[in-house]
Amino acid sequence: MNVESAAEGSALITHGIGLHARPSVKLTKLAKTFTSAIHLRGEGVVDWVDAKSIVRVMGLKLREGSTVHFRAHGPDAPAAIDALVGLVKRDFDEHSAA
Amino acid sequence: MSIQRPERIFTGTAASPGIVAGRLRLHARRRASQIAAGSPVEEALRLDRALSAAAARLDQLNRTVDEAARGILEFQIALIEDDELVEPVRRAIASGAPAPQAWRESLDGQVADYEAAPDANFRARSADLADLRDRVLDLLTGAREAENDAPPNGEEANIYVGEDLSPSRFLEIDWGRYGGGALLSGSANGHVAILARARGVPLVVGLGSAELMGGADAILDAEEGRLIQDPVRLTRDIFDRRMTTRRVTAAAEAEFLPLPAVTRGGTRIAVAINVDEPSIVDNIDPAHCDGIGLTRTEFMFYSPAGWPDEQKQYDIYARLIAWAKGRPVTIRTLDAGGDKPISGLTPEGETNPFLGLRGIRLSLARPEVFRVQLTALARAAFLGPLKVMLPMVTVPREIEETRRLLRAAIEELERAGKPAAMPSLGMMVEVPAAALNVALFEVEFFSIGSNDLVQYVTATSRDCAAVGALHNPLDPAVLELIGRVVAHGAATGREVGLCGDMASDSRYLPVLLGLGLRSISVAPARLAKVKAEIARHG
Repeated sequence: MNVESAAEGSALITHGIGLHARPSVKLTKLAKTFTSAIHLRGEGVVDWVDAKSIVRVMGLKLREGSTVHFRAHGPDAPAAIDALVGLVKRDFDEHSAA
Repeated sequence: MSIQRPERIFTGTAASPGIVAGRLRLHARRRASQIAAGSPVEEALRLDRALSAAAARLDQLNRTVDEAARGILEFQIALIEDDELVEPVRRAIASGAPAPQAWRESLDGQVADYEAAPDANFRARSADLADLRDRVLDLLTGAREAENDAPPNGEEANIYVGEDLSPSRFLEIDWGRYGGGALLSGSANGHVAILARARGVPLVVGLGSAELMGGADAILDAEEGRLIQDPVRLTRDIFDRRMTTRRVTAAAEAEFLPLPAVTRGGTRIAVAINVDEPSIVDNIDPAHCDGIGLTRTEFMFYSPAGWPDEQKQYDIYARLIAWAKGRPVTIRTLDAGGDKPISGLTPEGETNPFLGLRGIRLSLARPEVFRVQLTALARAAFLGPLKVMLPMVTVPREIEETRRLLRAAIEELERAGKPAAMPSLGMMVEVPAAALNVALFEVEFFSIGSNDLVQYVTATSRDCAAVGALHNPLDPAVLELIGRVVAHGAATGREVGLCGDMASDSRYLPVLLGLGLRSISVAPARLAKVKAEIARHG
């Protein structure tokens, strides 16, 4: 049986300079660890883009204070959403206590 | 036996001193070879080969960069692995475009898109896309130097010859394999020159259209600013003697390296080091100096991985404090502008950038960027003796505003339960108005930035040969101002240091000591020489 599932989630970007190069690289790397198709879009934007493409993710040019929405389709969709939302909420692990 | 070529002497400018005899290794970009365009299938293969070669090289580079710079190249690696980037190129090739043209046009579009972004952080990334574009384009056209053609690390010395070098490319080169560098263009006052001096890599720049032969024997005379190709026996002998003298002198100076700097009369002089790229301290024993007298934080902002965020800055500052083992560490806040533009941060189109929005002026005009640095500094101040130094200060208000921002950053950190402390706050004295009004500034220390002070007092640019004679660090007006600042420090019990090139120049150091200066900061490669000179003084 094919276990297909769908999941959605969103998170507020608190990173100081938004979804720029380093956070985007982390996000796409994480997305690629899941087999599900994963897409994201910015606040007030209709187009969903491939979360595994650095070109697309950077192309959104999302800034601090905007919300990013995720959706995933596939066998590990809920886990993928949890992981990606978690990454954004943890500020891309760039402000961990030293 | 080949025909003996005549000796030829090419003249440039010495950017970092030293003498090296060795073989010339040309890295000047060759012109793109005219590879005939093949069928779409052949062109697609050519693209794939170039992309995987570029990816392999970037991956290799990424593994050799130091801890602080980790991740620097990951953005480019992610780009090159992204089908979204490559797919339009494949489509253009399928419809008949040669691979280089298809790649360039597609990437030009991406670069233009980033350049047009309203957000400066995204705009700054256009340079990375352009870098990737050129890296792959060079592979497609065979224009890039073979990356692994560095000569073996053998007995024979080599001289790196290139058109010009970017600071990142300079750091990429394994200088253990080259005794020195010769550049056809470049400036003796640019960042590459600073990096070379700090690392003791002899460098001659501005050789112009010198006709150099790869593999030829040569002598790089980075004292006189010359490159002698195919030197005759007599020339060789002269340089052999000079190099022997240098070695003997260097060995004698090295005796002073582990000792505290003390004049013949017994006066202790604090000798700290100037730090650019933080990895430089890895090869220096902190016991050989009196801490760090200047950290140029601009270098963090040149990273292709983007401007450093708070955590990245904190990590760098923390690393320097840990290295110093309790010795003071001085960090200069971002000194962008002037001859150090940062894409997306410094203003464009200023008619005179040296008199424009630079140093502390720029930081205060961009509080969102400045706050990140001050927060990282406040966190680092908790770890050890940290001195924060503001560049280009003109009026006391700039100190007060910075102190206010620093206090606010500390309060915010404390509210968040993060450890923070107030660092010692000081200023550079490089604007004549600040030197004249030095008593008005409420700071804990002063550091004379002699390079800019000389430039502003004599109204001469450092790199304008035509007014070079006027650009005199010993001009009485310059010495008068330095003397005033030193006297003010002595009268009020505040430390006065000097962190410009004057401090490590034997023509000027005795004069500075004579004016009463007791603290200097020099390039790490000059430590032994400066300490030896101090020991001879007074």
